[in-house]
Amino acid sequence: MAGVPGTAAELEGWAVPTEHHSLWRDALRRMLRNRLAMVSLFVVIALVVVAVFASQIAPYDPNAQNCGTAGALKDPSSSHWLGTDQSCRDVLSRLIHGSRVSLSVGIFSQIAVLLIAVPIGAFAALSSRLTDNLLMRFTDLIYAFPALLAIILLRRVLEGYDVPGGSLTVIILAIALVDWVTIARLVRGQMLSLRERDFVLAARAMGARGWRIMFVHLLPNSLGPVIVSLTFGVPVAIFAESALSFIGIGVDPPTATWGAMVDQGYRAVFAVPMLTVYPALAIATTMMAFTFIGDGLRDALDPHQR
Amino acid sequence: MTGYVIRRLLWLAPVLFFVALITFVLMHIVPGGPWDTKGRPISPQLERQLDAKYGLDEPVWRQFLTFGWNALRGDLGISFQYQDRPVSEIIREGLKATAVLGIFATIFALVVGVSLGIVSALRQNSIIDYASVFFATFGASTPSFVLGILLIVIFAVQLGWLPVYGWDQQWWLIPNPKQAILPTITLGVLPAAYLARITRSSVLEVLQQDYVRTARAKGLHEWVVLMRHILRNALIPILTVSGPLVANLVTGSFIVETVFGIPGIGKQFVTSIFQRDYGMIMGTTLFYALVVAMANLVVDLLYGVVDPRIRY
Repeated sequence: MAGVPGTAAELEGWAVPTEHHSLWRDALRRMLRNRLAMVSLFVVIALVVVAVFASQIAPYDPNAQNCGTAGALKDPSSSHWLGTDQSCRDVLSRLIHGSRVSLSVGIFSQIAVLLIAVPIGAFAALSSRLTDNLLMRFTDLIYAFPALLAIILLRRVLEGYDVPGGSLTVIILAIALVDWVTIARLVRGQMLSLRERDFVLAARAMGARGWRIMFVHLLPNSLGPVIVSLTFGVPVAIFAESALSFIGIGVDPPTATWGAMVDQGYRAVFAVPMLTVYPALAIATTMMAFTFIGDGLRDALDPHQR
Repeated sequence: MTGYVIRRLLWLAPVLFFVALITFVLMHIVPGGPWDTKGRPISPQLERQLDAKYGLDEPVWRQFLTFGWNALRGDLGISFQYQDRPVSEIIREGLKATAVLGIFATIFALVVGVSLGIVSALRQNSIIDYASVFFATFGASTPSFVLGILLIVIFAVQLGWLPVYGWDQQWWLIPNPKQAILPTITLGVLPAAYLARITRSSVLEVLQQDYVRTARAKGLHEWVVLMRHILRNALIPILTVSGPLVANLVTGSFIVETVFGIPGIGKQFVTSIFQRDYGMIMGTTLFYALVVAMANLVVDLLYGVVDPRIRY
């Protein structure tokens, strides 16, 4: 820490707050000031709207083969704004419906990660030395697996079971089963360090029980980094799904997914190069938007870290 | 130091054992077997023969023990899809392409990432700085196959400068340079972006240290200050991230190999997953786990070289 503040920027951190703000309110204010993060948030909200109302927005059925009316591999026209693919399907409609897959994989996989990782991480932090050690060595093992390979293996394993929701759920589960490790370690580390802090000691001195300390003091205070890490997990999951769909072991066809569209478009890259570019850009934009939101959240929730 | 290396290598054994065990269990609870042919079921008699030939008629635990015992002696079993060729031989062949591509991409990432990071830190808030920060953000959030596709569309399809597909290694494993450019960039941009980011913030921090001011005050040449004082000290965080990055490079390469049709290990893994080639899946997974572990070990050892304060 520097000694006496000099510049105006440094002074800001030293200023005596006139009124008390909660961490979350301060974070919200800092987040609102972050222009890149707000633009990204807008992009994501727009995508969510598109995904939810895909059937209403899309001009055609994404799987309808309009060979009679439109023909295959057509350039953009007034009836098909982004043209048609090899099977005469409307590219724009497929792109719109593809957002459903990418967003649900990104968001639901991280919710699943949260549900798996927080109990395990908290349990490791608060249990005996031996249990903690065993759990952490187990996470070491999962780390030793190359993540994408493990996801691919799990996807093959899970597809044999009758999972409600089919291959989409299978992929979400496969990603969550590999991804939870990082968050579990994070939660454990957070709790171990928070446990030693004075406010927990104070709570304990006032007679708070273990459960109360856990849910009122430890869990809410460890949430910030977890939220940031989950947000960064979203683009990683979107990448995993689209990579799997790209090599042909993702969501089952004919479901429109951006990864599969990149692959299909690539097969016609010399005839219609843009066919593979649209979904590629959609993936990149979505991932970038989530990354910027993650950056913004990190800066907002932890102003000391730069 | 030697003790540390030995301890780390000993830890490798249980890790690899469990990776093998988990992969084995996962593979065997996948419903169906490697002889499932779409539409045309093979006769039960033939299936029994095949099972006997590849040892699949034995109890699962004994299959695993046999695999483990053979793996210890460097024999990873035989591949089902490649007509009985040993897995280790197929991996060795694929490694030629994967390793060369990996080395190229690593060099690309180090050169581009570190130099961009240094330049943008030294010229903070200049146009170069903004450009490299943009590169870092863009590169870090663009999936490799998306980037690969975009590069192919621009440089191979539209401009026609480079080939879309293919990988020929001839003399001394050197690939055809024209074929190597796009895969190298595709695989190298992500680590380059991370390295640029880390290098920039690391150099910025070192620049504020007193010893840099002292070195400058002594009248040392700016180049000497940069090389001996700034870079040497900025190197530790860079090293920290390069372990996982190299590991990512190796495992991430299977997508790039698929995009560019490079006959590497990654492509073999993908096809063996489709063909349910147990031998190949086990072999490639173990090989990848080994590479990841070794990359991390090498980086941990390099810490001691770069920063003599670190003792093991």
